[in-house]
Amino acid sequence: MMPARLQRTLLTVAGAVVAVLLAMGISSIAILAAGASPVTALGAMFDFGDTQPEVVNALTFILNRAVPLFIAGLAVAIGFRMNLFNIGVEGQYRIAAIVAAFVGSQFVLPGPIQITLIIVVAMLVGGLYAFIPAVLKVTRGVNEVISTIMLNYIAVNLAAFLVRGPFAGERTAGKLTTSTPELPESAWFPNLNVLFEMFGLPAPRSGLWGFLMVAILLGVIIWLVLERTRFGFEVKASGLNPPAALASGVDAKRMVISAMVLSGAIAGLIGLPEILGRTHAYGSNFTAGLGFLGIAVALLGRNKPAGIAVAALLFGFLDRASAPLQFADIPPSVVAIIQGSIVLMVVIANEVTSRMSIRQEERRAARQLGTTQRAEVAA
Amino acid sequence: MSTSSDTPAVTPPAVKLEGITKRFPGVVANHDIRIVIEAGSVHAIVGENGAGKSTLMKILYGMQRPDEGKIYVNGEEVTFRTPGDAIAAGIGMVHQHFMLADNLTVLENIILGAEPAKAGVLDVKGARKRIVQLAGDHGLRVDPDRMVEELGVGDRQRVEILKVLYRGARVLILDEPTAVLVPQEVEELFANLRELKADGFTVIFISHKLDEVLSIADAITVIRRGTTVASVDPASTTARQLAELMVGSELPTPETRDSTVTDRVVLDVCDATLQGTGAKPLLSDVSFTVHAGEVLGIAGVEGNGQSELIEAIMGLRTLDGGRILLAEEDITAWSTLRRRESGIGYIPEDRHRQGLLLEASLWENRVLGHQTRKPARKGIWVNRAASRKDTERIVHEYDVRTPSIDTLALALSGGNQQKLIVGREMSGDPKFLIAAHPTRGVDVGAQAAIWDHLRAARAGGLAVLLISADLDELIGLSDTLHVIYGGRMVARLDPGQVTPEQLGGYMTGAIAEEKA
Repeated sequence: MMPARLQRTLLTVAGAVVAVLLAMGISSIAILAAGASPVTALGAMFDFGDTQPEVVNALTFILNRAVPLFIAGLAVAIGFRMNLFNIGVEGQYRIAAIVAAFVGSQFVLPGPIQITLIIVVAMLVGGLYAFIPAVLKVTRGVNEVISTIMLNYIAVNLAAFLVRGPFAGERTAGKLTTSTPELPESAWFPNLNVLFEMFGLPAPRSGLWGFLMVAILLGVIIWLVLERTRFGFEVKASGLNPPAALASGVDAKRMVISAMVLSGAIAGLIGLPEILGRTHAYGSNFTAGLGFLGIAVALLGRNKPAGIAVAALLFGFLDRASAPLQFADIPPSVVAIIQGSIVLMVVIANEVTSRMSIRQEERRAARQLGTTQRAEVAA
Repeated sequence: MSTSSDTPAVTPPAVKLEGITKRFPGVVANHDIRIVIEAGSVHAIVGENGAGKSTLMKILYGMQRPDEGKIYVNGEEVTFRTPGDAIAAGIGMVHQHFMLADNLTVLENIILGAEPAKAGVLDVKGARKRIVQLAGDHGLRVDPDRMVEELGVGDRQRVEILKVLYRGARVLILDEPTAVLVPQEVEELFANLRELKADGFTVIFISHKLDEVLSIADAITVIRRGTTVASVDPASTTARQLAELMVGSELPTPETRDSTVTDRVVLDVCDATLQGTGAKPLLSDVSFTVHAGEVLGIAGVEGNGQSELIEAIMGLRTLDGGRILLAEEDITAWSTLRRRESGIGYIPEDRHRQGLLLEASLWENRVLGHQTRKPARKGIWVNRAASRKDTERIVHEYDVRTPSIDTLALALSGGNQQKLIVGREMSGDPKFLIAAHPTRGVDVGAQAAIWDHLRAARAGGLAVLLISADLDELIGLSDTLHVIYGGRMVARLDPGQVTPEQLGGYMTGAIAEEKA
């Protein structure tokens, strides 16, 4: 019955919109407290600039920021789907990124092969790093939240060591930061500036990362896996009702391991858009914190690929706003407050809307059955 | 402490409900309920499962608020926001599922939540004195210093009653108090209730066991489809009449008499032993065989190893000793999945815990447990079209009342959820079916339908292991009846000969072990 599902979806969307509006309200208070005007702030956030190149650059910034966030959200969501809290996405992507960047710099092959190999290495490393907490959980009952947090510290520091030590490339004179050896040109992911040029727009300064295509493809694949395959069904069953899943022959241990490893493998991709698309090496100023943001993005997107995409774009949009806010004399930390309050509001809204939709469903069933039953009684 | 009035002229009714209406999604709501409960009487409220008894009691106990209607206690109108308000008005509730802390003593359990204090210090001595006195006055014998975990079901119930009395209740609501008791314990409970009545207490007795109701109640109110349909005098009513009032139609019986038992062994359990963590093994040397076309019933008070036995057969627990054979193949070491794939169906004792994904659609629930088999699977994919089609078939054949197969399972009534589970477990030609409490919490109509399906499957050669707390169901459906007590099979009985009283004797260990 389509209307029921449509209603559920509409309710979800409405909940998210209300949550965002409430978050804006809360942030307005913060902005006022900072001595600025919320209206100016809002204006600044939506001000993409006056000239075409400025607008293109703004859009590119948003998309380039959204791509890794989207991947991070997907990685977290796979675990969340079965109540597995992979807090370790942060560590998994950092370690995967540096290993992939280093390995990729050690050989030169034709572009597609070179890039595919780097992707495979990143996924393998991320998956393996997530395999550790999975095994600990399955064999020794170690809570994955604790173990992944601990492994994050190890990963971050290990990556910092590797980039200065064994994996360090040659430092050009006058450069203060260290990084892995630069990737050969065959590993540079072509950008998507054609998309803008097709519409007669100027190409963005930084280039629209081609990894966007990989992310979209990944989203579709993850959606298929979660919504259409037997594995996805078992993930869903394990998340909704573990005892029932067990009684139905779902192997809980195998599910923990495969979901965790899959989550880690996807986490391994988070750093690649940046490395393949812009920096072409893992440096000490590599973007950090994407794994933690991924948790917020997954929550915001309700663990569904389409929702995660929207959430990632929203976060990208807010991140872009930091600079114009500064120009408008508003502290850019307002953006962090907005993001924080959006996540908080959305978590509340999710709970409220899911209860509402359950109640609605019950009422609908009762109503429809009530009419048929009454008819039977009358007959 | 008590609020009961001693007005000599006209004693107002202890409780009066007027036009209580509760709109409650999903299940049958209460609609214009009218009941007058006289002080110092045992008033039974009967109705089939799902008729709205529990909702009504929750309203009376302040757990839910009615949308319309008035409640009077001792002639005064009251509004309850919380159970605390109801307790303050002298209304206490003994829940069907006991709410006792196992690792506390009887005394600690009774005072829990109403701890008496003297100058800020727990007054155990005063509490003990009061409990002993209450127990003595009303013939509720319990030892205040025993741990609750050592107590039997009957004793636990007495503790619950004492707990309510301790809080000063003058009106006691007993929700299906006999559901967990064997016949001997029921007699004891009734003796207690008669004594309470003689002491001036009012008892509201909720049940669907009509013989018991007729023997204990002074007045009976029948609820059907959420509303009061009749108030009858037990002296001039038969169980049959009462039942017809309850159901509004003819009654089903679980009888199956033509034997369809073959000599082909389907399930063979040999010396199954399960150690567990306690001193006593959960199962010791349990052996039995189920043949094709046979329903083997296992009777036992809950907690005597039935759940463990089922879980061992399903592969959810690993046996410490013994073997399980399915059609002569040793399946002891098999995974749950492999057992299911080789033809074991499972109607779990708690459908919400083990049988359903409440927040998933009906067709997804059809896939559950069959995710590796046709029609639910196509390679790595879930075959949605085929699963949906087969769900339509189950909905049709098993008369699952639902708006559609996309409805979430939680929106269905208990009976319809159970019919869906039965239909699912019967699909894919199972060889052997575990039916644990297949009609628990299910309305009479669904109960009859489920019995019919079990009978039909048995005639078709299915081997069934039936576990139930409903002795009539066990006796009526089983071809062979075993009794489990303390993790051992203590008796093998002929369901054609045995009476519920005899069965009760074995179930409580009152009749000594007889070699099965």
